[in-house]
Amino acid sequence: MKFVLNHDLVEEIAPAADTTLLRYLRETKRLCGTKEGCASGDCGACTVLLGELENGRIHYRTVNACITPIAAANRRHLVTIEALASSGKLHPAQQEMLDNHGSQCGFCTPGFVMSLAGLHQQLLADEEAQADRAQVCEAISGNLCRCTGYRPIVDAGLKMVQAPNEAHRLDAQAQIEQLASITDTDAPADYLQPQSRKELQQGLALHPDARLIAGGTDLLLEVTQQCQPIPKIIDLSGVKELHRIEECDGVIHLGAALTYRELETFFAGRSSSISALLERIGSRQIRNRGTLGGNIANASPIADLPPLLLALDASITLADNRGAERQLPLAEFYRGYKDTALEIGEYLAEISFPARAVNDFHRAYKVSKRREDDISAVMAAIRLRTRASEYGDVFTEVRIAFGGMAATPVRVTTAESKLLGCTRQDESALHAALAAVAETLKPIGDVRASADYRLQIAQNLLRSAWHALNSERSKNHASEALHA
Amino acid sequence: MRKLPKALLRVQTESAHKPTSIAHESAYKHVTGRAQYLDDIPEWPNMLHLATVGAEHASAMIESIELDAARRAPGVVDVITQGDIPGSADVSPVFSGDLLLAGERVDYVGQTVVAVAATSLEAARRACKLVNIHYRSESARLSVQEALEREEFVLPSHTISSGDAGAAIARAEHQLQGELYLRGQEHFYLEGQISIALPNEDGGVRVYSSSQHPAEVQKLVAQVLGVPLHLVQAEVRRMGGAFGGKESQAAALACMAAVFAVRNQRPVKYRMPRRDDMTQTGKRHDFWNQYRAGFDSDGVIRGVEMDLAGLCGHSPDLSDGVVDRAMFHADNAYFYSTARISGHRCRTNTVSNTAFRGFGGPQGMVAAEAMLDDIARAVGADPLDIRKRNLYSADRNTTPYGQALEEEVLPQLIEQLEQTADYRARREQIRAFNVSSTQIKKGLALTPVKFGISFTSKHLNQAGALLHIYADGSIHVSHGGTEMGQGLHTKIAQIVARGFGVDLERVRVAATATDQVPNASPTAASAGTDLNGMAALNAVNTLKQRLLEYAAETYGADIERISIRDDQCWIAQRAIPFAELVKGAYIDRVSLSATGFYRTPKIGYNRTAARGRPFLYFANGAAASEVEVDLNTGEYRVTRVDILQDVGDSLNPAIDLGQVEGGFVQGMGWVTSEELLWNDQGRIISDSPANYKIPTAGDVPEIFNVDFFQRPNAEETVYRSKAVGEPPLMLAISVWCALRDACASLAEYRYNPPLGVPATPEQVYFCARAAKEYAEATS
Repeated sequence: MKFVLNHDLVEEIAPAADTTLLRYLRETKRLCGTKEGCASGDCGACTVLLGELENGRIHYRTVNACITPIAAANRRHLVTIEALASSGKLHPAQQEMLDNHGSQCGFCTPGFVMSLAGLHQQLLADEEAQADRAQVCEAISGNLCRCTGYRPIVDAGLKMVQAPNEAHRLDAQAQIEQLASITDTDAPADYLQPQSRKELQQGLALHPDARLIAGGTDLLLEVTQQCQPIPKIIDLSGVKELHRIEECDGVIHLGAALTYRELETFFAGRSSSISALLERIGSRQIRNRGTLGGNIANASPIADLPPLLLALDASITLADNRGAERQLPLAEFYRGYKDTALEIGEYLAEISFPARAVNDFHRAYKVSKRREDDISAVMAAIRLRTRASEYGDVFTEVRIAFGGMAATPVRVTTAESKLLGCTRQDESALHAALAAVAETLKPIGDVRASADYRLQIAQNLLRSAWHALNSERSKNHASEALHA
Repeated sequence: MRKLPKALLRVQTESAHKPTSIAHESAYKHVTGRAQYLDDIPEWPNMLHLATVGAEHASAMIESIELDAARRAPGVVDVITQGDIPGSADVSPVFSGDLLLAGERVDYVGQTVVAVAATSLEAARRACKLVNIHYRSESARLSVQEALEREEFVLPSHTISSGDAGAAIARAEHQLQGELYLRGQEHFYLEGQISIALPNEDGGVRVYSSSQHPAEVQKLVAQVLGVPLHLVQAEVRRMGGAFGGKESQAAALACMAAVFAVRNQRPVKYRMPRRDDMTQTGKRHDFWNQYRAGFDSDGVIRGVEMDLAGLCGHSPDLSDGVVDRAMFHADNAYFYSTARISGHRCRTNTVSNTAFRGFGGPQGMVAAEAMLDDIARAVGADPLDIRKRNLYSADRNTTPYGQALEEEVLPQLIEQLEQTADYRARREQIRAFNVSSTQIKKGLALTPVKFGISFTSKHLNQAGALLHIYADGSIHVSHGGTEMGQGLHTKIAQIVARGFGVDLERVRVAATATDQVPNASPTAASAGTDLNGMAALNAVNTLKQRLLEYAAETYGADIERISIRDDQCWIAQRAIPFAELVKGAYIDRVSLSATGFYRTPKIGYNRTAARGRPFLYFANGAAASEVEVDLNTGEYRVTRVDILQDVGDSLNPAIDLGQVEGGFVQGMGWVTSEELLWNDQGRIISDSPANYKIPTAGDVPEIFNVDFFQRPNAEETVYRSKAVGEPPLMLAISVWCALRDACASLAEYRYNPPLGVPATPEQVYFCARAAKEYAEATS
């Protein structure tokens, strides 16, 4: 594999498939500015930038080096803290951190600097873009600091974004040319990087023992936390077809390899509720790597997206190594705790759902101990469609789905049926639905929440959605009346 | 490596008003990734890496250990158990019971039983999985309540009393009682525990440790090796955070690395993966506090009884001092005319808890603040008024342990904060908001902190420094304190430069090393600058006197008329550059090296009488925090924080500001989102940053006003500054009180809803529900 490491084109012949970027940087290249704080993608001390050449420009994303395989750098520009200062001048992220007393013990500092540098580069790349406090916080949402209390770091970020400095563009012509010069697409032998579904099928057929990876934000924990080797990997993230993202004949098609970041762009303006949920998934670094397909196929009962997708009536497409496809409702994909309908030789190709579902009233809620970069105690997604009738607005479609409430993400059809056919203001129907939630779900208590709390919150969130629908409709009616 | 840019060497000034706000001495290295932590030091080719096997049971006898498979595993060089330790297996800091490797039995899940050395960390970790240990499980005690009930203590209980509190409470117009469970806190220093040991030619080692207490590392390494202290050197350049977690806990890693280094005569690195660190090293103590108070209708306290029970874990570690400090702070800022305060050191089958910023103080203080809120709601007054009525004042100034407050700071400080934070108007707005808002409730609290400064173990209140002036005029200072990010080395350099009257660039602070300054105390108790700064200044004064005497003799001037300032030696109107002065002194054979020493005056606590003066002075502060709670889920936001902190004459306002803000946010994490949990088998289940949540940038309030109370320290500390490391952490108790205040609004502020620490969204949800149920039941 070939890539650009800071200013140099490098070639690595056969790194092990499960070598992380962090180990490579620290042990092979002795670039020790990138730190290991947790080796699980939770602290951001190992944040580096990965840039991809696209239409003559390099697009950079911050990633956690500790859970990113080295092969992810193939044909990319890998930027570490050591190369950020250019010709003796500190990068604005560094200078502002220095001037604002943004470091104390300094161990997390390179990670923060890289996250801020990622934001800086984004502002340079997109002249329209502006950044305020919210964006600065978002950029560093995956970086933990235990010393400063963040105020000086946020201030450093705010000062930096006021005047992005062209002199500190990371995609200098030299690097663009270096990347462009990499014409061969060789990947490490045990790390397959298919670029098309055809190549993927061949890979699957030849290597039935390989593990599938997309973002790897969960899979790599087996390596770093359990010390389990993963000798052979097939990486889905380069398969073009798996990045499909379009609305076609009233159906929204989302390729399984889409990152959360790509979804953020797609849903911005389409659904504020879904956009708000996406912002709560992991951290900036995780959303740059983690994928829709991974969130589903990983089959965690506390994954953030499946409840939403259940509420949107999503179907999933599974494909196999011969190109055969089968489609099934997402609800049927989950068989039990961490158990799915995915057969050996199959992969998750696509998620689709009716576009009109996104136009329905819907809410997605995530409840966790911490707002940023936390795993949910309870996820709730509720979609309500009404139709005007002689009795008023009547529910014609109701979807109530939860995460964290059972061994898999679940829809609570018993509760849905209590609302269906009733008017939107019918409180007795709501109470029946709430009772059905309480009766149907038997959550467990664990490190994130007690069973009792989960059950109460699940009901409260359903109630919130119901109230939100009613207040929205009453407001609409009021304004319609006003206009009339 | 290229040369540092000139700009960095210039003294950075933030503004004319803060001429001493220079950047952290390593800031440039931090932001460029060049600051070297232990794991960044280039490795020797024959270096060994360690991993350990932790116990699977909370209480069990070890029946047998199978090591063969691990010994045969790829890359493995050495595997040891307790019997392989050449000297003592006990690595306790003060008492006994902390074993480097377990012997016949294990006393907590994760306790180290076997250690493996291999050619790579991965090889060592994989080999550990091949070790098979057979246990005979015994019943384990996991809760502090159970230990208290059975009087299972690691050390005897201690009681402080003044007057007959029981009688005073009975006589008072009103009585109330409460109890409170406070969970501990994981330090989560970003740099995990690590040590490197290099064998020397005499059977000793040089150890590099991420430790707050290199002298103790040296002592314990010598003990496990069975060699005198002079064969062991311990060195600390910097830590990537510590917060008390590397005061005693770092030593075991150094000892383990040293044992393997000497056995194999190879360099050894022992770096704990995060999960091991969170499982195997001690944390802030859980406390179960019970209190009873008698007070009059104005809310003035007449008597207090408190029982503070600390969950110490399986061994004493530093728990005696921690529980003592909880007791010394169970009054916080309030005068208890009579009091009985008892502290219990409960033994449980869990990891031995240890120092953590505040050292028990926060746990004692929360009890006081909870009680003050309870009293306010009992008499129907604003909690701030009740707090002010009970503050120590001129004639009510004696603590339950008999130390008189010589400085009256808080009444004025609180008055000032009340104004700047606009407390009264906001209180009214919040009351009005809460009446009209059904789903969102706001809360507000203004709480003080009075924190005693000095080690409560008297002998630790000493420090040494070693100062060299080289012939080129550059100055090199070593002292016993360690740099963990708090800016100690920066302040020491400033003190030395100021003491001499020379430019800061002349001064370089060395890595802390036991062969430079011996027998140093831990860098802890917020006393790093107070102690080491004075020792360094003492050395400066010795050398400065020699230089002045040399100048007087050489230039034939009266020594009274010679001074050093602005990097020059002034003899009347004549200025001689400092470097020239030094060069001349060297040629004239003047000794340019000196030691400095300091011991804290005035202090002493008689434990038998439970009276005395444990502290030289108190650092004070107050914070007003506002929160917004969503009753639907218990989720909340801290929306505004105002802080006024008493730092004396600040040596470096930028660094002190960093300590205040950082301490506050760390304390906020303790009282809000950081929840340590164990399962019923005694295994920690909050064992990684995925399930243990310290605050992120998004949790910090956008309105975060921090100011310093302008008054020099009344005691003769270094340049009249005050300690600032720990006190600000406890300002965050205001956040906890504000959350409880928001919940209490549901019952017209006349009910004290139960809330523990941390107040996670779940705990706040149930707290609010309790208040609501109370209101419904009584209306």
